[in-house]
Amino acid sequence: MSWDDAVASSIVNEYKHLAGATLPILHALQENFGYVDKRVVPLIADALNMSKAEIFGAITFYHDFRHEPAGQTVVKLCRAEACQSMGCESLVAHLKDAHGVEINATTPDGRLTVETVYCLGNCALGPAALIDGELVGRVDEDLLDAVCKGQSHDRMAG
Amino acid sequence: MSTSIKIYVPRDAAALSVGANRVATALANEAKKRGQAVEIIRNGSRGMLWLEPLVEVETAKGRVAFGPVTPKDVASLFDANFLTGGAHALNLGLTEEIPFFKNQERLTFARVGVIDPLSLDDYITHGGFAGLKKAVTMTGAAIVQEVADSGLRGRGGAGFPTGIKWKTVLGAEADQKYIVCNADEGDSGTFADRMLMEGDPFTLIEGMAIAGVAVGATKGFIYLRSEYPHAYQTLLEAIRTARAARWLGPAIGGSNYAFDLEVRLGAGAYICGEETSLLESLEGKRAIVRAKPPLPALKGLFGKPTIVNNVMSLATIPWILANGAKAYADFGMGRSRGTLPIQLAGNIKQGGLIEKAFGVSLREIIETYGGGTHSGRSFRAVQVGGPLGAYFPESLLDTPMDYEAMAAKKGLLGHGGMVVFDDTVDLAQQARFAFEFCAKESCGKCTPCRIGATRGVETMDKVIAGDTSKLALIDDLCHLMTDASLCAMGGLTPVPVMSAMTHFPDDFNRAPKRMAAE
Repeated sequence: MSWDDAVASSIVNEYKHLAGATLPILHALQENFGYVDKRVVPLIADALNMSKAEIFGAITFYHDFRHEPAGQTVVKLCRAEACQSMGCESLVAHLKDAHGVEINATTPDGRLTVETVYCLGNCALGPAALIDGELVGRVDEDLLDAVCKGQSHDRMAG
Repeated sequence: MSTSIKIYVPRDAAALSVGANRVATALANEAKKRGQAVEIIRNGSRGMLWLEPLVEVETAKGRVAFGPVTPKDVASLFDANFLTGGAHALNLGLTEEIPFFKNQERLTFARVGVIDPLSLDDYITHGGFAGLKKAVTMTGAAIVQEVADSGLRGRGGAGFPTGIKWKTVLGAEADQKYIVCNADEGDSGTFADRMLMEGDPFTLIEGMAIAGVAVGATKGFIYLRSEYPHAYQTLLEAIRTARAARWLGPAIGGSNYAFDLEVRLGAGAYICGEETSLLESLEGKRAIVRAKPPLPALKGLFGKPTIVNNVMSLATIPWILANGAKAYADFGMGRSRGTLPIQLAGNIKQGGLIEKAFGVSLREIIETYGGGTHSGRSFRAVQVGGPLGAYFPESLLDTPMDYEAMAAKKGLLGHGGMVVFDDTVDLAQQARFAFEFCAKESCGKCTPCRIGATRGVETMDKVIAGDTSKLALIDDLCHLMTDASLCAMGGLTPVPVMSAMTHFPDDFNRAPKRMAAE
């Protein structure tokens, strides 16, 4: 859903009682809206009795929190050592060369966001990716081609 | 047939990543079609990840394994009477007789892959809560002594004696103490924490409860990395179940002790694996590393005495309490007592989880268990201990997996992850990546790490372009980062860099591009 200050406010209120509530609040906001709008900073600061700088600092410190909505499909491609040993960097090159898809960006049509992630804990079945929250092992060019074309990444479907 | 046959299909994220859910669905559909009563149990993974999805069938002789199974294989499995262990190309025989599995010493992972992770009955039938039941009859000091006598050292990587940490917290006077589980398993090549949390979450809960009983802490937090959505769901459900059965709450296991737990998600920052940074994050701040002292054991979460232990350390506590410190300390070598859950990963034919007593050689793990590289090309390097661990060449593979033996070779054991590379790897690029990773993940508090890593990337770019005169600068920078960084992030980034330069000098002595073209 698109950003709504009233909904954001109710989310903040729902979690503000937790000890160290900043991250639970930010996660809940992103879960709901797909990103964390800067407008929420004073709201959280006020609820947690922290400074706006501290909240802005937290939002920007952690890689997870997006500052704008992502594409319809989100691919988090692992580029840490274990996946490097299985050729993940050639997959990054393939995305760009074959599909013009840049990493850590959203395609202009808003369909696809590909992000770098460092380790998904699937290091014996690399290269690994998290595609819309689903962990996929042994990622190859064919699979990424399907994702880029908006097809299912389910290799075993059908 | 009237009796329902038990089929095990893992729910572990690695198994799911290669289609375990689809296999489970196909098995259920095919059984229904054939009028065969089956009970499909979603277990954890046995850790033989190249065989996933690994389907097991319970037979009179024991559990028979089939793998890797795809939905297309399902009909032929039924045709071959796999429910009674029938012959099939994917039949691997009894699971526990597969050499990769049989030759392990599974203590921490004893139940992982065996039980239904969310069944309390399964957990208790397989020895669960024996440690906690014993702990509630002991004094805090006696529990701490038991942990100290076991020789258990922090499995997160630092290898600090767990008993000493606990003793410090026990001795601290405070109105509130905390148990914090570091489940921010960010090292590439490691997945033991994830497998345990998904495959036997009650063990971690029990270990944390024992820690709480031991030092007088009533509240625990599991700080879990957000990259593990499956483990998150499993932990949430396990905690709910444990609470409902009163293994968590005001009177755990019917004792006079109170202990409860919360799971908190990280947000994609590698630095949060560093304990003080993790505490800052739990408190809702930017995860900036704290200077020590004060130790977290004295002034930790919200300024209170806090045990911060890795998942593996805490999950091993129940076994130690149930079986005794001596039984645990009987495994291992030198000052590395007990077992290490080793994670074999990267370019490897047979990757997975291997729990072995300390002292097994890198070679045995890579060659005997791993069976060589996945690509079939020759082995060139193994990085042991995550992104801050050393790259070792073939000539160092006889090094035993032991904290001191690895340190003697200027490497580290870390969290027990091993990432194998074949001969296509360029170690200069890997050295560059070590700096790049540090630059991206540095918390920014101390200058050697924040600036050093960036300068390292720039300088490595010059080396890679052929300016070998810059190697001396890299060497100098590495010494500075080692000596002057606040925490292990900046302090150990030189380990992969220096090991790559030392053991693979040819990759660094590159001909300048201009000359190579002539």
